[in-house]
Amino acid sequence: MKTLRFILEKEFRQIFRDPSILRMIFVMPILQLIVLPIVANYEVKNVKIAVIDHDHSPVSTRMINKLEAGGYFQLTGYCIGYKEALELVEQEKADLVLEIPTHFERDLVKENSAKLFVAVNAINGVKAGLGASYLSSLLRDYNADIRLETFPTSRFNQSPQISVTSSNWYNQFMSYKLFMVPGILVVLMTMVGSFLTSLNIVKEKEIGTIEQINVTPIKKYHFILGKLIPFWVLGMIVLTLGLTVARVVYGIVPVGNIGLLYAFSAVYLIAILGLGLLVSTITQTQQQAMLIAFFLMMIFIMMSGLYTSIDSMPYWAQVVTWFNPVRYFIEVMRMVVIKGSTFADIATNLGIIFIFGIVLNTWAIISYKKRS
Amino acid sequence: MKQFRAFIKKEWFHIFRDRKTVFILFGMPVMQILIFGFALTNEVKNANIAVLDYSKDAKSAELIHQIDASRYFDVYTSLKTSSDIDRVFKAGTVKMVMVIPENFTQNLEAKNKVTIQLLADASDPNLATTLVNYASSIINDYQKQYFTEKLPLVVTPEIRMLYNPQLKGAFNFVPGVMAMVLMLVSTMMTSIAIVREKELGTMEILLASPLKPLLIIISKTIPYLFLSLINISTILLLSVFVLDLPINGSLFLLVSLSMLFAVTCLSLGILISSSTNSQQVAMLISLMGLFLPTIMLSGFMFPIENMPLPMQFISNLVPAKWYFYIVKDVMIKGLGFAAIWKEVLVLFGMTLFFLVVSIKKFKLRLS
Repeated sequence: MKTLRFILEKEFRQIFRDPSILRMIFVMPILQLIVLPIVANYEVKNVKIAVIDHDHSPVSTRMINKLEAGGYFQLTGYCIGYKEALELVEQEKADLVLEIPTHFERDLVKENSAKLFVAVNAINGVKAGLGASYLSSLLRDYNADIRLETFPTSRFNQSPQISVTSSNWYNQFMSYKLFMVPGILVVLMTMVGSFLTSLNIVKEKEIGTIEQINVTPIKKYHFILGKLIPFWVLGMIVLTLGLTVARVVYGIVPVGNIGLLYAFSAVYLIAILGLGLLVSTITQTQQQAMLIAFFLMMIFIMMSGLYTSIDSMPYWAQVVTWFNPVRYFIEVMRMVVIKGSTFADIATNLGIIFIFGIVLNTWAIISYKKRS
Repeated sequence: MKQFRAFIKKEWFHIFRDRKTVFILFGMPVMQILIFGFALTNEVKNANIAVLDYSKDAKSAELIHQIDASRYFDVYTSLKTSSDIDRVFKAGTVKMVMVIPENFTQNLEAKNKVTIQLLADASDPNLATTLVNYASSIINDYQKQYFTEKLPLVVTPEIRMLYNPQLKGAFNFVPGVMAMVLMLVSTMMTSIAIVREKELGTMEILLASPLKPLLIIISKTIPYLFLSLINISTILLLSVFVLDLPINGSLFLLVSLSMLFAVTCLSLGILISSSTNSQQVAMLISLMGLFLPTIMLSGFMFPIENMPLPMQFISNLVPAKWYFYIVKDVMIKGLGFAAIWKEVLVLFGMTLFFLVVSIKKFKLRLS
């Protein structure tokens, strides 16, 4: 017990001695937590539309006015020909081109049907799909309007109507910050837990100070505990700071039980520290440890559902995410903070993280050799 | 010149002696392109939803079947009462609940009017919007079946999707992933180059040599430039042959601008390296410090036009953003140099800035 206390003292002193590392641990995460959620907004809005009106009829003018008034499209300009409009698309000045052919009004009146040509910049598939569907629905409304005016009392306006209303639960104002902040907090805790732990241990190997520890009566578990406990504490501090930032800067107050978050974090940090320990035992230099830890982190983060939903991934990728501890914590963090999920809802995830903790730590301890 | 060559050779040995690192340097981009190229997408497919059907009649069953049959949705469960909604949302099993009111068929036929409620779990606002949109359009299509009579005055838009007719997510994400991977690998490689010498004490020897600081820096960059060329080739080959992306523009232009981007990142790495004192800090900055901003501000994940103005301004400082535009324009839109000269100029300027500052920071004396 006394040995452990000395080791802990040594570790804490070492951590706090290097201001640049400390800056990394605290300032950078908090800074990112403050800055990054502001930019994370995938909402599709302000679709820029270029119009080519070959018809110049009252009907076509009215359609353009209708599109503009929808509040969804931003009219970037009238073009003379398709070529000119395509140039606007190439320069990203227009997302959508609407071409109204000559005789549009005449065809509509005489032949009862008329065509419009729409070209969408589809590099971003989702934006293109949504833009096109908004345009279609505006055109449908427009179509219904002119029909109603032409045949005010006709049976055509008596079609069966299924109207759809929708409401957004838990996040009424569709705030992206509410969605991103809990996720980013998990990423930061994970970085502190895995990155810094593995670096710290490998540093002792690289500088050679591990030899000095090896010749002392310090036991293997003393050494490991001495390494893990400080970073566990740091991880919990990051969580506290993160929750404070979320509250002060974004006004995000967890709907669920904060104790539940801390309990889950406590288990999660043990698992992730085990990962850091494991990385450090299989590497010799800081450079290697850094690379491997980073590589893992990158996959963990990108495959965690933080940015893109796991449901959208192909099945094999979803299977990969089962082995990603970050995924489970992000789920829990969002469930508890946003929806107020209770223990019963997160019990499965807790169990899985518990197993992660046992497997990773056992593996790490077995492969850690005091005399390497 | 001979000294210069010797220096390059020395660097070369340094890099290739550490097999593990070399393996990671070549393996990392391959893995990343493959994993992210396939897995990163915001297309919605087979999202789990629940149904709360109060009518349980023929038409409502038909509608539910249509929703289930679409590629966007899987009807995961049917709920009995409205109090179940909160439960399934909190358990996180479904993302949306569709509520069908009582007497659906009857009201539809007699009163011509029914209202369907879509309740979305908006903790993921993006997904919620997309799901509600898709469901609404399926319901819209469904009701069209009940009105097959020929309408007068029909306006039909003919919609063409440019560049990416199948609306694949890869067309937007792969160029972004290319930018991200190149940026991180290149910056990281050189970020430890100088600081390692400082840490190991061999810097003294370098400084005592007759080589000028500029030449020392260049000799450190050249081997990595070669590594970057290999990485660029593998990334492009994988994007084209595995991820099915087209190269619509000039391949030569694309490769040479990728090299330019690699040089920008390598010089950013050199700058990090000459302004830090330990490998740990250098790597933390080049990986952890660049990773999240690169993802978030380069525009492939989150549209830049949605950001508040100060953030849009800051995003201009991220080199990956410019390269992302270049790749999109040259590779997918098939545009030539005339369309991207601004981006190229910016990357040039950044490279120059990084190099000048690192030479200024490169101290001839160690404290």
